[in-house]
Amino acid sequence: MVYKITKKNVLEAINKNERLDGRKPFEQRKIEIKFGVSNRAEGSVSVKVGKTHVVAGIKMNIQKPYTDHENEGTMTTSMELLPLSSPNFEYGQPTIEAVEIARVVDRGLRESRFIDFQKLCLEEGEKVWSINVDLATLNDDGSLLDASALAAMLALLTAHFPVYDDKKEKIEFGEFTDKKLPLNLENMSLTMTFFKIGDKLLIDPTREEEDSTDGRITMEVSKPDKDEMINAMQKGGNATFTIEEVETMVEESKKMFKKLKTLVDEAAEGFDKDNKKIKKEKKE
Amino acid sequence: MAEKSIFTKRPDGRKMDELRPIHAEIGVVPNADGSALFAQGDTIAIAAIYGPKTLNPKHMQNPEKGVVRVHYNMLSFSVGERIKPGVSRRSQEISKVTEWALSPVVMLEELPGTVIDVHINILQANAGTRCAGINAAAMALAHAGIPMKEMISAIAIGKMDKTILADVNKEEEDYDDGEGATDMPMAYLSNSGKISLLQLDGRMQADRLKEALELGKEACKKIAEIQKKALKEYK
Repeated sequence: MVYKITKKNVLEAINKNERLDGRKPFEQRKIEIKFGVSNRAEGSVSVKVGKTHVVAGIKMNIQKPYTDHENEGTMTTSMELLPLSSPNFEYGQPTIEAVEIARVVDRGLRESRFIDFQKLCLEEGEKVWSINVDLATLNDDGSLLDASALAAMLALLTAHFPVYDDKKEKIEFGEFTDKKLPLNLENMSLTMTFFKIGDKLLIDPTREEEDSTDGRITMEVSKPDKDEMINAMQKGGNATFTIEEVETMVEESKKMFKKLKTLVDEAAEGFDKDNKKIKKEKKE
Repeated sequence: MAEKSIFTKRPDGRKMDELRPIHAEIGVVPNADGSALFAQGDTIAIAAIYGPKTLNPKHMQNPEKGVVRVHYNMLSFSVGERIKPGVSRRSQEISKVTEWALSPVVMLEELPGTVIDVHINILQANAGTRCAGINAAAMALAHAGIPMKEMISAIAIGKMDKTILADVNKEEEDYDDGEGATDMPMAYLSNSGKISLLQLDGRMQADRLKEALELGKEACKKIAEIQKKALKEYK
């Protein structure tokens, strides 16, 4: 729901290449990353993008593999649009908005081959690790999909296996190993959504901006070698796009990928350093 | 620039831009206000339109324009391993993206307060089901006499290693050697030159996306002709 006057203001601003909060069309809000939302989770992170706030947690478990992938672990992604985070969210079955975010985030992680699922196999056809990537909103001010994908990526990057007792066939939850998840770091996929209002494109909208837009295209990009690879795309909303507009998004997403990749790498490195320090202090 | 391909032909003998045989039929569900069947090779979709009708509950109504509501469903026996009947996360998402694909061509501002129910069912699946569903639905909308701006057509673009293909079948969709399996469904409005559905999962080099979109555009133009022909010939 958006007031006509808001939409009019958003549109007037963007037609002058401006935005209500003073940003340029392709300018990202400030991103704040904090790890360790829950010390019970195998990995967890809080990501703030402007006033948008999402948290992600990784929980591991052991399960029987699917019959068509007997030597591969599994991953499930879920999204909760918590009523505490917005007057627009309600309790009940996941809405299509939540389902779509979870599925698109999942697709980027999966299709980029970022996770080495075969290395999650403990016993072929019998026992594999399952990864649950659970996302939740703490405050909604737009651009939830990009914020969620970023949080999911950071949580995976910093997650550690829990201790598994082979004899008891039991996971000792709360006790962690030094072993990280089997990730193909060179395949890291990052998510960028382009929104359309009138005939203008913008990124990272606030809630009032997002509600004023007519549609969007999400790009999930990785860079396994010198060339960028698109691993997932999703068009949302009733807007239509020309091939030229999609081309603009491809070029912008290459630039954004570079910036976002630096941010993610630095954050993950920072976590590893702190983690080592904490472990060392504990030993002493 | 097209990359050199190790393939000269596709597993079923088609050329890279060749579509599977298409069968389009209007009026397959007599009870509906409009209906159509669209078969693309082994993929068969039927669509039925009920509406425009008053949208209930009333608070869901939009006093300014009508709403398109899509229900995409795969029959449990349409695939290899039986799928559980009913709504899944996948079918919910496909329904939503299909709504977004179809809504721009319907003159919804002419139909305030109403809903147009679009029921898409997949009888037999061999890749490209959401595209076949959109193709069937577009014809069914026209058959129902719903005011439309133009025809809409959809196609699944895919890849075998580095070779970009139009209208992939299941074998091609799952072809995982080389660059890996890739599926890019798109819907295209041939008159205005706009894309109204675009999804991708797999691996598509950013610099080759344009090539893939152009291939899809040409395929959709061909499909639009078949859809229009079926509508014209329907008595």
